[in-house]
Amino acid sequence: MARAVTTQRKTLNTVIAWGIGLLIFFPILWTILTSFKTEGQAIADPPLFLFFDWTLENYAVVQERSDYMRFLWNSVIIAGGSTLLGIIIAVPAAWSMAFVPSKRTKDILLWMLSTKMLPAVGVLYPIYLLFISLGLLDTRIGLTIVLMLINLPIIVWMLYTYFKEIPGEILEAARMDGASLKEEILYVLTPMAIPGIASTVLLNIILAWNEAFWTLNLTAANAAPLTAFIASYSSPEGLFFAKLSAASTMAIAPILILGWFSQKQLVRGLTFGAVK
Amino acid sequence: MKYFARAVLGAAVVSLMASTAHADGHAKTLTIATVNNGDMIRMQGLTDDFTEKTGHKVEWVTLEENVLRQRVTTDITTKGGAFDIMTIGMYEAPIWGKNGWLVPLNNLSAEYDVDDILPAMRGGLSYDGTLFAAPFYGESSMIMYRTDLMEKAGMEMPDAPTWDFVRKAAAAMTDRDNDINGICLRGKAGWGEGGAFITAMSNSFGARWFDEEWNAQFDTEEWKNTLTFFKGMMDESGPAGYATNGFNENLSLFQQGKCGMWIDATVAASFVTNPKDSTVADSVGFALAPDTGLGKRSNWLWAWALAIPAGSQKVDAATQFIEWATSKGYIELVASKEGWANVPPGARTSLYENPNYKDIPFAKMTLDSILSADPNDSTVKPSPYVGIQFAAIPEFAGIATEVSQEFSAAYAGQQTIEEALAKAQAITNDAMEAAGYK
Repeated sequence: MARAVTTQRKTLNTVIAWGIGLLIFFPILWTILTSFKTEGQAIADPPLFLFFDWTLENYAVVQERSDYMRFLWNSVIIAGGSTLLGIIIAVPAAWSMAFVPSKRTKDILLWMLSTKMLPAVGVLYPIYLLFISLGLLDTRIGLTIVLMLINLPIIVWMLYTYFKEIPGEILEAARMDGASLKEEILYVLTPMAIPGIASTVLLNIILAWNEAFWTLNLTAANAAPLTAFIASYSSPEGLFFAKLSAASTMAIAPILILGWFSQKQLVRGLTFGAVK
Repeated sequence: MKYFARAVLGAAVVSLMASTAHADGHAKTLTIATVNNGDMIRMQGLTDDFTEKTGHKVEWVTLEENVLRQRVTTDITTKGGAFDIMTIGMYEAPIWGKNGWLVPLNNLSAEYDVDDILPAMRGGLSYDGTLFAAPFYGESSMIMYRTDLMEKAGMEMPDAPTWDFVRKAAAAMTDRDNDINGICLRGKAGWGEGGAFITAMSNSFGARWFDEEWNAQFDTEEWKNTLTFFKGMMDESGPAGYATNGFNENLSLFQQGKCGMWIDATVAASFVTNPKDSTVADSVGFALAPDTGLGKRSNWLWAWALAIPAGSQKVDAATQFIEWATSKGYIELVASKEGWANVPPGARTSLYENPNYKDIPFAKMTLDSILSADPNDSTVKPSPYVGIQFAAIPEFAGIATEVSQEFSAAYAGQQTIEEALAKAQAITNDAMEAAGYK
């Protein structure tokens, strides 16, 4: 039976939720607003919120200086490619861990997660040397592989959690009906886990899109994604906040739009199994 | 499967042909790593001129200074070959040259006129007499001050003031009610931020980083005097939170009319006199960085320069680019397109002999500041290192970053000056011992 909630309580909850939401969104809003200011207005003290001379000059400068589409295309390929590759590897891995666990499964899961505890810079030189030897430096395929490997523990963990919510008896029934392993994963497990897989895909795309250590250190001119595009507008000598904000807004726009349209799927996936 | 094998073979042959054609062709594509500042961005916009003249194309990788430093260091130490030209500073050039990581610039054409490069710049970018990087632009540091506030304070700025004068003037110009700070200086942690400033300032107080045996010198009276003077003056007349202010924060304060004086990079002169961004553009004067009468001023010397990593396969084309970008012709090109105030300063003697450039208000003081800085003789007492705001040894960046963090903590009142200096002494001696200097 649902609990009765008073109107007053509902209003309070709504106000708090909006307040927290706006607080989280404020840095992004501020970046977007700053992108429409002049460099002088961007550093004005006290800060200017809405009442300033709005200008598109920063966007024009950024467009003129940088080949935005090339950076965007690289981001799409690297984030999309690493996610796809990760899912292809993680689905069977998570299946085996969830439905045919060995006594070492938990140890393996913890070991996988422990690789995320190492600071990335600690392995920069070995990875860099490997990339030189394999000719992968400044290539999209190289970055796709690295980002896939970096995010693989998270993908496996998320999928493992979702798969654990699915009753093993359903898969057993499919097997008794003569389904092969491939058919069991593809036609029985995957459709049931679609919300979980979708949210894993979305989260992984966001992580790969925003990754700024390897994407800066393993690229030069050819494979540089939008993180490198943003980094090119920061400067220790001179005013740059407005142009940097314009570049940041252009870089986050695609992922914001993706997040906006897929928020229902994302929330559903992230809370999958929380309520039975 | 047979078709697949054929397709792979066909693709391989086509790729091979394409790559052979590229290797044989004259035109090359150069990948250049550079910093994001006005002069470098301007150069990117003018690259078509280079392509027209040589046929070579240019791909730019622009990064923030510290990111760039890490990125190019990784590449050059591993011989990665990701870049054909790197933008490096006066700190890296002699160290990397000594290690054999850079191509010596011995074969520059007669037309390039290498002797026209300012001697201080040439010396700072060379190792053992060999030039390893060509200066694109150079800078020193100087005082930028508000002429109207100085007049209101009833004082007159000499061309070469002392620190005592600066402190008095700062106190006289400070007007807390109107949010005007007498002086704005860098206090931010980081060897290239507050660390660079305090090191250059310490030279004028007779301090040095190391004695001739590479022993740290933070336990000396000279260092104590430097920090005591700095903190005392900034507490009296500096902005709130100066311990976290770097170049950009002070630039912003000065442009908004909240600083009476600012001692920083000469390159800032063009920003503070630009009416588009600065509210005080028409009331800025310039003077040499101060001294204490000991024979050394507190100005530094820096250059952003172009160098070719030893791993580059395109040395000839890269040399052509460097000749183009650091030539007298390039200066003329910028002047014709964007005016003399926007030409890259501080690299060539001929620029300061040019009558068109002499009219720029900060040109003379910039040159005087550069000429008064000598990286080979920067301290009052003898020291074993080259460099003014740094010591050109590989360990310096790491040590100085830690030391500057201790100093910033002292500026912020989190510890005493004595504590900060004691920690700096220990940090430096430990690092030098670990590195085998002692």
